[in-house]
Amino acid sequence: MSSTHQPLLVAEGVGKNYGRHVGCRDVSFNLYQGEVLAIVGESGSGKSTLLQLLSTQMQPTSGRVLYRMRDGVTRDLAALGEAERRFLYRTDWGYVHQDPALGLRMKVSAGANVGERLMAVGWEHYGRIRSAAESWLERVEIEVGRIDDSPHTYSGGMRQRLQIARNLVTEPRLVFMDEPTGGLDVSVQARLLDLLRSLVTELGLAVVIVTHDLAVARLLSHRIMVMKEGRVIETGLTDQVLDDPREPYTQLLVSSILPA
Amino acid sequence: MYVAVKGGERAIENAHRLLAHERRGDPAVPELSLDQISEQLSLAVDRVMTEGSLYDRELASLAIKQARGDLIEAIFLARAFRATLPRFGISEPIDTGAMQIRRRISATFKDIPGGQILGPTFDYTHRLLDPALAGETLPEQPATTPAEATSMPRVTDILGADGLIEPSPQAEEGAPIGDLTREPLNFPANRELRLQNLARGDEGFLLAMGYSTQRGYGRTHPFTGEIRLGEVEVEFMAEEVGFAVPLGRITVTECQMVNQFKGSATEPPCFTRGYGLAFGQSERKTMSMALVDRALRARDFGDDVKAPAQDEEFVLSHSDNVQATGFVEHLKLPHYVDFQSELGLIRKLRREFAEAQAESMNRMKEAAE
Amino acid sequence: MNAQPAAYNFAYLDEQTKRMIRRAILKGIAIPGYQVPFASREMPMPYGWGTGGVQVTAAILGPDDTLKVIDQGSDDTTNAISIRKFFEKTAGVATTTVTTEATVIQTRHRIPEKELQDNQVLVYQVPIPEPLRFLEPRETETRRMHALAEYGLMHVKLYEDIAHHGHIATSYAYPVKVNARYVMDPSPTPKFDNPKMDDCAALQLFGAGREKRIYAVPPYTKVVSLDFEDHPFERYRHQAPCALCGADDSYLDEVVMDDKGGRMFVCSDTDHCETRRAEGFRGVQPEALA
Repeated sequence: MSSTHQPLLVAEGVGKNYGRHVGCRDVSFNLYQGEVLAIVGESGSGKSTLLQLLSTQMQPTSGRVLYRMRDGVTRDLAALGEAERRFLYRTDWGYVHQDPALGLRMKVSAGANVGERLMAVGWEHYGRIRSAAESWLERVEIEVGRIDDSPHTYSGGMRQRLQIARNLVTEPRLVFMDEPTGGLDVSVQARLLDLLRSLVTELGLAVVIVTHDLAVARLLSHRIMVMKEGRVIETGLTDQVLDDPREPYTQLLVSSILPA
Repeated sequence: MYVAVKGGERAIENAHRLLAHERRGDPAVPELSLDQISEQLSLAVDRVMTEGSLYDRELASLAIKQARGDLIEAIFLARAFRATLPRFGISEPIDTGAMQIRRRISATFKDIPGGQILGPTFDYTHRLLDPALAGETLPEQPATTPAEATSMPRVTDILGADGLIEPSPQAEEGAPIGDLTREPLNFPANRELRLQNLARGDEGFLLAMGYSTQRGYGRTHPFTGEIRLGEVEVEFMAEEVGFAVPLGRITVTECQMVNQFKGSATEPPCFTRGYGLAFGQSERKTMSMALVDRALRARDFGDDVKAPAQDEEFVLSHSDNVQATGFVEHLKLPHYVDFQSELGLIRKLRREFAEAQAESMNRMKEAAE
Repeated sequence: MNAQPAAYNFAYLDEQTKRMIRRAILKGIAIPGYQVPFASREMPMPYGWGTGGVQVTAAILGPDDTLKVIDQGSDDTTNAISIRKFFEKTAGVATTTVTTEATVIQTRHRIPEKELQDNQVLVYQVPIPEPLRFLEPRETETRRMHALAEYGLMHVKLYEDIAHHGHIATSYAYPVKVNARYVMDPSPTPKFDNPKMDDCAALQLFGAGREKRIYAVPPYTKVVSLDFEDHPFERYRHQAPCALCGADDSYLDEVVMDDKGGRMFVCSDTDHCETRRAEGFRGVQPEALA
C-alpha cells in the first residue's frame, strides 16, 4: 500500500498571471492523505484562482502541481492527457461547487445523479447501482424515498448534500470544495459542516477547501493558508493561526469574525 | 376482407400529373414567362439566387415558376442544380469598393464623400395598396442626372483610416479557402465558413436572430455603417495568361455594421464589425446577416455567450432552410413501424399501471376489513 | 437556356464525389460504429428523405449490382418507389423486390427478415446519427464523449427509464455498442431488429445526409444492445402470427380495419410475406387478390 508519508498533492511555486494582472503567485504546499487544507481570504485574494489551478481547470503560468496517482506514481498534472484528467475527475477526485446546480444534473433523478459515476466506471446492474445510491443518500441524510425525485424539488441544503454524495460515491481520495456552505441558511450550514466533518474523518479524505468564512475553516480544516492580493501571507495549523495570528492582515480577518 | 395496399407507383405518377395541372392553373389565363418573373418579381429572384448560392436570373426564374412561387422549394431546385455543375476554381475576391453604385446609404454620418444615394427603395413609401397596379401601368421615367466620377469610399474604410474600427482580417496569401459545400461544418467554425453559412441561410431565420440581438439577447449596439447596392466585376485568375480575366458583372448588396467598441489592456478601444453580403437587392438579408455575424463573434471578443444569436452551433445548424424543410417535412413519410413499437410499449405500461392500481385497491380493501 | 438536362454520370454523383464518399466509407469500416463526417451533396430529393442512404448507395453501386429499396419493410411505399426509380433512371441497374436476389439493399427503418448473405450490402437511411444527441445537444461535447468512450450519460438515461417506467423506454433507434468500443444509433429500426446486426454476414453501411455522417459495421462484428444485467434487452413484437402468411417470428404492422377497433396484424416485410405465401403458408385471414 502506498505510504501516507508521501504527499498526495504538491504545489511548487504555482502562479497565474493575466498580462499585467496577477491572479496568484508563488504558492507551495504539500497535502497529505486525510488532511484538510483551508484556503481563506477575501474576494480578490486569489483563492478561487488557486483552486482552479490545483484542480487543473486552468493551467498555471508558473510552477507546477503534482499528484500521487492510485498506482503510487506521482505525476505532473499538466502532463496528463485529457482522457486521464477526466478519468481522475470521475474516480479519484471530487469537486463540490458553491452552487450545487453546477455540480448536478438537474434534469435527472437524485438516484441517477449519484449512480452516474458508477455507471461511468462500468457498473451494469441496475439494482446494485440503485442500492449504492440509496445507501449514499442515507449517509448524507437525505430521505431515501426521494431517490426518484429531481433535484429541482430539493431545497438548497439538500442539493448540496446530494452533490456531495454524487462526488463521494467512487470513494475519491481528494476533494476540492469551493465555498460549499455559501448561500445556505446558518442552521443549514451548521448541519452540512457537521456532515462534512464526519465524512472526511470516516473516509480519510484529503480536502482543499476555499472559503471566506473563518468559522468554516476552523471547524473543518487541519491547516490553513491565508491569501491576500494573490500571495500566501500566512500558513500553519488552523488553530494556531486563528488563535495567534502573526500577520496584521490575518489579525484583521480574525478580529472581524462576528461573535457567535 | 383485407386487401394489401399496392399501386404506390401509379399514385405517384398521377400525383405528378395533377401537380403540373395545378401549377399551370386556369389555361385561359396567360402563362407566366421567365422574363416576367425576372423583371417584375426581381426581389424573389434575388432571394432564390442568394440562398440557392447560384447567380443566374433565368434559372432562378425557372425555379420560381416550377415551384409555383414557393421560394424555399425554388431555392432547393437551384441548389440541386448547382450540385451538378462542374467547378473551374475560385474567383478573385470581388471589390465592392469599386462597385458601380445604384444605392448607397450610411446611418453613421449625415453626409459622406459621394453622398447618400437613396436608389430604388421601399423605405419611404407609404404602405398603401395601390389599385392602379391591378391593371397595366406605365411608370414615369426616373429622374436622371449626369454621372459624376465621384469616389465613394466605404464608410468603414474611412473609420479604418483613423484606426477607429477594427481592421478587417486579411486572408493569408495562398491559404486554402474553406468551402461549406465541399466539407462538413465542424465546430468551432472559422469565420469564412460562418459567413458562407449565413449568406445562404434563411432570411426569416436570420431576421429573427438579428432582431433578437436588438431586443437585448446579446446586444451589440449596431449602427449601419453602410449599405451599398450595385454591380461588381467578377474576375478569374487565368494561369495561362497570368492575369485576372473578367467574367462578367453581378449585382450585390453589401452591408457593414459598426458595432460596440472593444479594447483591452494592450489595445485601445475601437469599433467592431459585422458583415453581410447577398446577390441582387437583399437589404433585409444583409443587415440581418451582419447583426448575426457580429453576435457570433462574441467568443472572439470575450463576451459572455448567453443569447441564442451568439450560440454558434445553434445558429449555424439551423440556418439552412433546405435542410430544415427537408427534415420537418420528412415527418410526412411513413413512420408506422416505429409507431408500432411505441404502441406496444405504451400498451404494456398502461396494463402494468392498471394492474398496480387494482392491486393497491385490493390491499386497501383488505386493510379496511 | 442554361438548364439543359444534364447528362448524368452513372448513379448521378460525379466520380470525384463518389471517391470522397468511398473514402469516408472505408474509414467507417476501419473504425466500426464511428461517425465519419463527409461533405454531403445537395441531392434532388429533400434532406431527411434518404439523401445519406442515396449517396452511399450511389457511391458503391456498380452496373452488375441488383438493387432493392424498402421503406418500413415494404418495396411499395411511396418513398421506396421514388428512390428505386431514381436509380433506375440514373444508373440503369437491375432492381428487385426479392431480398435474396439483391446485392445492395437500401432501407429505411427495417432490416429484412431473411438473413443476409456475405455478397450483400445493407444501406441504412439515418435521420439523426448521434445516439447521445437528445441527452447532449452540443456536437463539440458528444464528439469528446465518443473519443473518450464516456458513455455514462447513456446509462443514466436507461436508469431513469427504469426508475420512472419500470422498463427501458426506448422502443426504436435502440443504442448499441459496436465492436466493444463505439456506441451507435442503428437508425430508427424497431428494437426487434437489433439482434440481426450482430455477427451479420453482410456489410452494413449507414448514411446521414443532412447531418453529414457516414458510419459502418463490417461483416461479423459484435453489436450489443445496451442494457443492465438485471434489466436485459428485450425484443418487442406483437404477440400474434401474421394474418396473411402465419409467420410468428416476423415484425408485424398493425392495420386499422374499421372504426370499431377492428385490427389486423400483417408482416411489415412485404417480400418475406409474399415469399411465404408463394410457398403455401397461410394465416388466419388470407388475402383477396386485388
